[in-house]
Amino acid sequence: MFVPFLYELRSRKVPVGTQEALALAQALTQGLHDSSLEGFYFVARSLLVHDEKHLDAFDQAFAKYFQGVESAGLELHQQLLEWLKDARKRWPDLTDEERALLEQLDPSTLEQLLAERLKEQKGRHDGGNKWIGTGGTSPFGHSGRAGREGIRIGGEGGFRSAVRVASERHFREYRDDLVLDVRQLGIALRKLRLFAREGHETELDLEETIEETARNLGELEVVLRPPRKSNTRVILMMDVGGSMDPYAELVSRLFTAAKKATHFRELRTYYFHNCIYGRVYAKANFRDPMQLSQLFSETDKRYKLIMVGDALMAPWELMSRSGWQDDEGLEGMSWMTKLAEHYPSAAWLNPEPTTGWWQTTIEVIRRVFPMYPLTLEGLGEAVSSLTRAR
Amino acid sequence: MRFKGTDTYLTSESLRAAVDCALALQRPLLVKGEPGTGKTLLAEAIASGLGLPLLTWNVKSTTRAQDGLYVYDAVQRLHDSRFGDHDVRDVRKYIKLGPLGEAFSAAERKVLLIDEIDKADLEFPNDLLHELDRMRFRIIETDDEVVARQRPVVIITSNNEKDLPDAFLRRCVFHFIDFPDLELMRRIVRVHHQDLEDALIEQALQIFYELRALTRLRKRPSTSELIDWLAALKAAGLDSVKLDESLPFLGALLKREQDLVAFGEAFAGGRRSRA
Repeated sequence: MFVPFLYELRSRKVPVGTQEALALAQALTQGLHDSSLEGFYFVARSLLVHDEKHLDAFDQAFAKYFQGVESAGLELHQQLLEWLKDARKRWPDLTDEERALLEQLDPSTLEQLLAERLKEQKGRHDGGNKWIGTGGTSPFGHSGRAGREGIRIGGEGGFRSAVRVASERHFREYRDDLVLDVRQLGIALRKLRLFAREGHETELDLEETIEETARNLGELEVVLRPPRKSNTRVILMMDVGGSMDPYAELVSRLFTAAKKATHFRELRTYYFHNCIYGRVYAKANFRDPMQLSQLFSETDKRYKLIMVGDALMAPWELMSRSGWQDDEGLEGMSWMTKLAEHYPSAAWLNPEPTTGWWQTTIEVIRRVFPMYPLTLEGLGEAVSSLTRAR
Repeated sequence: MRFKGTDTYLTSESLRAAVDCALALQRPLLVKGEPGTGKTLLAEAIASGLGLPLLTWNVKSTTRAQDGLYVYDAVQRLHDSRFGDHDVRDVRKYIKLGPLGEAFSAAERKVLLIDEIDKADLEFPNDLLHELDRMRFRIIETDDEVVARQRPVVIITSNNEKDLPDAFLRRCVFHFIDFPDLELMRRIVRVHHQDLEDALIEQALQIFYELRALTRLRKRPSTSELIDWLAALKAAGLDSVKLDESLPFLGALLKREQDLVAFGEAFAGGRRSRA
C-alpha cells in the first residue's frame, strides 16, 4: 500500500530503497503505527528519512500522497447521508449514542446542516463549537467532548493532524538546495581535506616498532612518525561591490565559515571587483594589493582556488586591459585563464540563481572555471570536484 | 517494550515513534539536531525510561572504531616482557574491552550511547557497521568471539559536523530534534526553573525568540543557553528584562564577537553593548 508513496519520495530525491521499505513493512507488521495515519507518519519519517535536509521533501510527499485520504474524510458525508437514510430501519442495531443522536436531530435537519457547514467551511478546523473538525463541540467532526452528541466525521483520530503536521512544512529551512548558514557552509567545506604525514615525528608507529624490536632480538626499538595532518591549501577570491552587494551577507557567511575551518593548512583570502587585472586585494576596501605574479610564485598547483562572484560585468571588462585600476598589460580574460591554468583544481561559486546563467559574461567565465551555485548543494558539488582533481 | 518519556525529559510523539521503532526493529537510533537541543540528555532519558543502565562512549576526533570493541595493549606487554617480572604469556591480560565490547558481554541489557559520532574520522561509522548489525566481533589476538548476550539499545548522536555515510544511515532509525517552539520551550523552561515569575519567563522567551530570528547572527542561541541565561537572571534577582542595549548577561546568549556587533546594530542603535 505504501510502495507508491516510496516512489513519490524517490521522485523528490529522498533516497529510499528496498531496505527502508522492508524496515517500514516490519514496523507496520509489529503495529508500531497504532493503526493511525499520524502514527504512520512518525514511523515512516523515522525509518525513511536519514537526514534533516530530506524532512521537508518527506513532508511535501506525505501531504501530497495522503491529501486524498484527507479529502476522502470530507467526502465521507456522502456515506453518512446514506447511513442516515436507513438508520431508522436498523434501530435495534444502533448503540445508545447513535440513538440519542438520531433523536436529538431529525435526519433531514441534520443532513441540511451538514451540507451547509461543509460548504461554509473553507479550511480544516480543530476545536471550537461550530465547524466540522476535531475536538470541538459541534455536532459534526470527531473527538468532541461536549454533552451534545454529533456525527463523527473522519475515522481514525488524528489522521488529519498528520497531514496537517506534514503540510505545515516545519523543516523547510533544513533543505539543502537553499542558501544556508555559516555552520552548514562550514560542514560542506570540511570535506575539502587531504591528509598527509608531514612535520615532526611525534607519533608512535606501533607496527614499525614491533617489526624493528623483533629485528633487534627483543630489545625495544621505538619508531616514531609524523602525525597525519590536513594538507589542504585554499585560496578564496571574492568579488565585492556593485552587483555583488545583494549577496554581501551570503559571501560574508562563506568567508566566516572558511576562516573558521580549522582543517585547512593554509587559507588565503583575496578580493577583486568584477574581473581580475594583474592584482587582487587582501582587504575588502581594495587595500594591500597582491600582484598575481607574486601570488603565483608563492603558491603552486597544490593550492585549491575557490572564486566567488556573480560573474556579471560589462562584456568589455573581460576584454579590456585596464579595467578600473591599472594593470600589467593583459586582458581580464587572460588573467582568468592564467589563474585557471596555475591552479588546476579550481571552482567558481556563483550566488546568481542558475536560471540567470545564460548571461554572456557568466557563460564565458563558465568556460574557464567549473561553476556551481552558491548554495549548500552547489558548494558540496564544488568541494567534491575540488577533492577529485588532485 | 515501549518508551514513555520521563518526568524530566519532555518528549514528543515523533520522538516516541522513533524510539519505539528502534526498539522493535533492533536498529540503532540516530539522533541529530542543533547543538544544545538535548541529544545527550535524550539518551539518558531513554535509559531511565526503559530502566536500563547507560553506557557512554564519547567519541573524539582521534577515536577509532576498533577502540570501541577492544584495545590490545601491545606496548605494555612489550614493556613487561623486557624485565621478566610479569607473566606475559596470557594475551588476554592485555586486552581491554571498549564500550561496545562491554555492552555486548554484559549479562544484562544496556543502553549504549555513542556520543557525537561525527567528531571521528569519516570512515568511523562504516567501520562499525558490521558489529552493530551482527552484534558480534572477533578478538584477533585470542581468536575469541564476543557475541552480544542481550542486544543493547544503541543510541547515536551527531552534531552534523560531518556527513555520515549512506550505508550507515540506512541501518539507523533517524530522529531529528527540531528546535522547540514557544509552547514546548515554555514547558522546558518550567522543568528547569520552577520558581521563576511567569512574567519574567514570558519576557525572556520573547527576547530569546526575537534574537533567534535575527538572521545576521553567526551562532544563534540555543535551549541550553536560554536556561543558563535564566539562571543568571535569577541569580541577579531581576524581575523584568527589556530588549535594548542594556540587556543583562547578553554574553550568556551571544558568544561571538560579530554577533554582539550585530546585536548592537539591531537593538541598541549601533552602540556596542558590553556583554
